[in-house]
Amino acid sequence: MEALMGDLLSNVDWTEIGWASWDTLVMVGMSLLFSVLIGLPVGVLLFLFGKRQLLEQPIAYAVLSFVVNVLRSVPFIILLIVMIPFTVMLIGTSLGVAGAIPPLVAGGAPFFARLVETSLREVDRGIIEATQAMGATVKQIVFGALLPEALPGIIAGITVTAITLVSYAAMSGVVGGGGLGDLAIRFGYQRFQTDVMVITVALLVIFVQLLQMAGDRLVLYFSRK
Amino acid sequence: MAGVSGGKWCKGIYQGGGFGFAIGLVYNRAFYLCTHKALTKRSQGNVVIVFDQVQKSYQVGGRAIPALHPTSMTIDTGEVFGIVGHSGAGKSTLVRLINLLEPPTGGRILIDDENITGYNASELRAFRRKVGMIFQHFNLLSSKTVADNIAFPMKLAGIYSRTEIRDRVDELLKRVSLVDQANKYPSQLSGGQKQRVGIARALACRPTILLCDEATSALDPQTTQSVLKLLADINRELGLTIVLITHEMDVVRRVCDRVAVMDAGEVVEMGAVSDVFLHPKHPTTRDFVFESESIDHEEMQQDLQHAKGRILRLTFRGESTYTPLLGSVARESGVDFSILSGRIDHIKDTPYGQLTLSLVGGNLDTAMQAFEAADVHVEVLR
Repeated sequence: MEALMGDLLSNVDWTEIGWASWDTLVMVGMSLLFSVLIGLPVGVLLFLFGKRQLLEQPIAYAVLSFVVNVLRSVPFIILLIVMIPFTVMLIGTSLGVAGAIPPLVAGGAPFFARLVETSLREVDRGIIEATQAMGATVKQIVFGALLPEALPGIIAGITVTAITLVSYAAMSGVVGGGGLGDLAIRFGYQRFQTDVMVITVALLVIFVQLLQMAGDRLVLYFSRK
Repeated sequence: MAGVSGGKWCKGIYQGGGFGFAIGLVYNRAFYLCTHKALTKRSQGNVVIVFDQVQKSYQVGGRAIPALHPTSMTIDTGEVFGIVGHSGAGKSTLVRLINLLEPPTGGRILIDDENITGYNASELRAFRRKVGMIFQHFNLLSSKTVADNIAFPMKLAGIYSRTEIRDRVDELLKRVSLVDQANKYPSQLSGGQKQRVGIARALACRPTILLCDEATSALDPQTTQSVLKLLADINRELGLTIVLITHEMDVVRRVCDRVAVMDAGEVVEMGAVSDVFLHPKHPTTRDFVFESESIDHEEMQQDLQHAKGRILRLTFRGESTYTPLLGSVARESGVDFSILSGRIDHIKDTPYGQLTLSLVGGNLDTAMQAFEAADVHVEVLR
């Protein structure tokens, strides 16, 4: 058995795989953190500035919406390359784990912002009206009613964003980003080591599965409907 | 009696003279006795809400679509004021003008002698705390427990201590009989329970006005009864002014003191519920009244054609409802009568009866005078 495994996976360096997995975890974790930190307020503003909403601001909405759309319409592989000078300015390098995080956030944050906007729109308008009738400020409506009511949707949005970031993080291997994607490209693709390719893909699948399961659990826990 | 069809309606021909108009007395006595005491101690007279030529229109595609034509009215402290109308008549807009969820496009709204249309943002928020509101679809926060929903407006106000909030929530839970449901989430409650949470939440900051936006329209008849009773109790015990909009005249009849009937953005009739209900003038009002009494107008006309002699409709109100009058009038005037239809019910706490009679022979004028002398409203139908 062991011989067979060793033979089949002759090119697989498990220490390397371990580090690459860790790198992917760090890239996804850090970029998810910043995507949420930036995307959540942007999503809330998009919602509030929207038509017939609490702070209706057609111009602000158009500007914000345009920026989000531009970032979302650029294919991520192009965004990775376009972002290089900016990343170097910000981090000092465009390589490795650290260098991958800014483009990941640039891809993840606008994506998440739209998901937040959508889940806020799904909150019953009657709840906003009732909270307004209680004499709440806009801030109180957002933090006291809107965000708690939209929480299951926002958590589902975080899950989808995290999974998107896993695939984006793998893509960043192309421009020297590190992690499992980097391994898959350097060994699996460029050196024709199919076994490495299979293992990295399998690990990515498992990673995505775990994220989805955890997300679904959390959504269920916070759903009171 | 030849036949009894539906509810408190007894239709058919009853010949003879000894009919004291007391058929509904036993039926309604319990209710009457419980509510009678309360009649005497209602506070009256102080105006709390004044609409002065208030109007509202919406801009749709550059054109102003009127939702409420210039309207003036007053609502008194401690009264239950009903606004009835079909959907789209503007009643939702009207009630939302009172707490400025909809700002008016013209006119002034005075609450406790203050022009609320001139309030700045923070004055408006403070004012809204004094006006509770409940909704057709309850609008409870699904992410908060019953107790947290009730505490929510107090937390938003930011002027209550934690113990104050806890005590008030306990008190309100008892008031709406939901102590056992305190830690449940709204999705675990029935419609009636949800509306009771809504009511408790609306009362949390001790408002002086309670706005009810179709509060019973999503509830079944029995639950509607219990919610209306709760509203009536609150009105009586707390002296709260209640403004209630509905499309069911029956809701108005049960709890309201005065009513405004709306049609196409206009108040077409307004007055004491008993006046509007018993003597509706505007066609819309008539539709509502007939609808609520499930009277088929054509069927009634057909029935009347078979009857002989004069046809009168007598309306008894208050104490006269229980006076055995028909027999003595018949004896004195020598008329024979048959009862074509009759009904005894209550308008809020006041009993009333309506009888349609056909009168044959005797001295009709004497009979009419006798009815009028006994404070019975007489209407000659034929």
